[in-house]
Amino acid sequence: MIIKTQKSIPASEITDPSVFQQRRTIIKAMAATMLLPSVNTMASVTKAKPHWTNLTNSELSGQFGPETPAEISSNYTNYYEFSFNKEDSTELAQNLQTDNWSVEMTGEIEKPGIYHLEDILSQQTLQEYIYRFRCVEAWSMVIPWVGFPLSAVIKTVKPLSTARFVKFTTVYQPEVMPKQRINAMLDWPYVEALRMDEAMHPLTILAVGMYGDVLPKQNGAPLRLVVPWKYGFKSIKAITKIEFLKRGPLTTWNQFAPDEYGFYANVNPSVPHPRWSQFSERQLGSGFFTPRRETELFNGYGEQVASLYGDMDLRHFF
Amino acid sequence: MLFRINNAWIVISITCLLPLFWLLLDIMNNNLGSNPIEAIHIRSGDWALRFLCLTLAVTPLQTMTNWRGMADYRQMLGLYAFFYATLHLLGYLYVDHAGLWSMIGIDILQSTYIWFGLVAYIIIILLAITSPKVAKKRLGKYWKKLHRFIYYAAGAAIIHYFWQLKGNLFQPLFYLTIIAFLLGFRALVWFKNRQLTRLMIPKGKKITEESNDAV
Repeated sequence: MIIKTQKSIPASEITDPSVFQQRRTIIKAMAATMLLPSVNTMASVTKAKPHWTNLTNSELSGQFGPETPAEISSNYTNYYEFSFNKEDSTELAQNLQTDNWSVEMTGEIEKPGIYHLEDILSQQTLQEYIYRFRCVEAWSMVIPWVGFPLSAVIKTVKPLSTARFVKFTTVYQPEVMPKQRINAMLDWPYVEALRMDEAMHPLTILAVGMYGDVLPKQNGAPLRLVVPWKYGFKSIKAITKIEFLKRGPLTTWNQFAPDEYGFYANVNPSVPHPRWSQFSERQLGSGFFTPRRETELFNGYGEQVASLYGDMDLRHFF
Repeated sequence: MLFRINNAWIVISITCLLPLFWLLLDIMNNNLGSNPIEAIHIRSGDWALRFLCLTLAVTPLQTMTNWRGMADYRQMLGLYAFFYATLHLLGYLYVDHAGLWSMIGIDILQSTYIWFGLVAYIIIILLAITSPKVAKKRLGKYWKKLHRFIYYAAGAAIIHYFWQLKGNLFQPLFYLTIIAFLLGFRALVWFKNRQLTRLMIPKGKKITEESNDAV
């Protein structure tokens, strides 16, 4: 006969073995957190295997030296829907609902419709694109994006010859995006646009990841644009709508301050912003007392893209 | 001697250095986020502006509370504003621009927001140089006039702050409100004194406004 001397432990209270097996990691992480208050809050306990392991590097990737550490680029984002503070967006953006994402494609195309992101991705080959990212605020990063050419998607919806501009719209989720909810500062949702030839350029990509992993929400998950020769605000995040238009649309920053943020927004050190210089940039991750980098025309992509602008006066079309 | 040293003086001057220690601690612990250089600019600039506000708050606080002891520390608070503004400037020149003068020159020429910062700094450095008693004696009645420029410095510093932002103006507006309040308070006191003097002095006699002018 078995005499029960103790109340048996209900199954619900039994520690999940997967948690138990992590105990050393957890204890180590706790100790590390106490020892190093500087450890980034986003740093994960164990370095998980990247989501994509055998990506090929695109021939468009630049040789820029070291990439900006992911802890820096994923905690320094201008995501005004969430916060005007670059480091606060990290946490706030986690509320974004990205499941079952779809993109509406409409306008001057033969095959308009609502496309599921999975269906779009199933037709594309992902590659790694190491690009320099230059913000209009005069800082820059080097980021290994995971994505595919925008042109490849555009071809699948068969644009008409009347399609001369491509307009992109960020998701509107006021319930989780505080600045959309209170209608702060900009006209929501965020809108950006490219000329058709800019959109078809091989350098222009749609990104779904960075550093071999799925794009963090604060960096524009699940789908964002990356146009490396333009200031960062052109590279719109969390895209839900792509429209093909006959005329150039109003874009968010251009509408907010037309004399400060042009439609083109090509990186150009000889056209200063009306209130600050664009001559140099602070490379994030570089140390104290290290010189700033001299900003290059078209962010260093001049060889590939200068022909798009022919003899346009870049001072006028800034 | 520049200052009268006593216990309160030591306590206050150490307190004024705490923001610097705090900043150094954050630098050592790598706790300044993704763009630590920008964080240093913001911290040192913020504290320069805060000390300017504190310096300007001394006289109104004395008037309101009737506690006379504070005026002794106004000079020190002003010098700390100068101290943090100097750190801010040195941070820009060396921590960020690594002392590359050609690049700094272009940056200053093309960045209008920096012009306002420089105006503020030039005023503050003039006030710091003329802050010792010797200078005060030498300058006589001009000293007061010169040191009233602290309001221009505060105004220029606030413009310097908001002129570089992309549109979110909460912080500069916060400082602007404080400065406007302090300036408004002085205007009120000045106006009231003038009226009182008018009432007290028999009609026909000239009023000298200078003597009622509180700084």
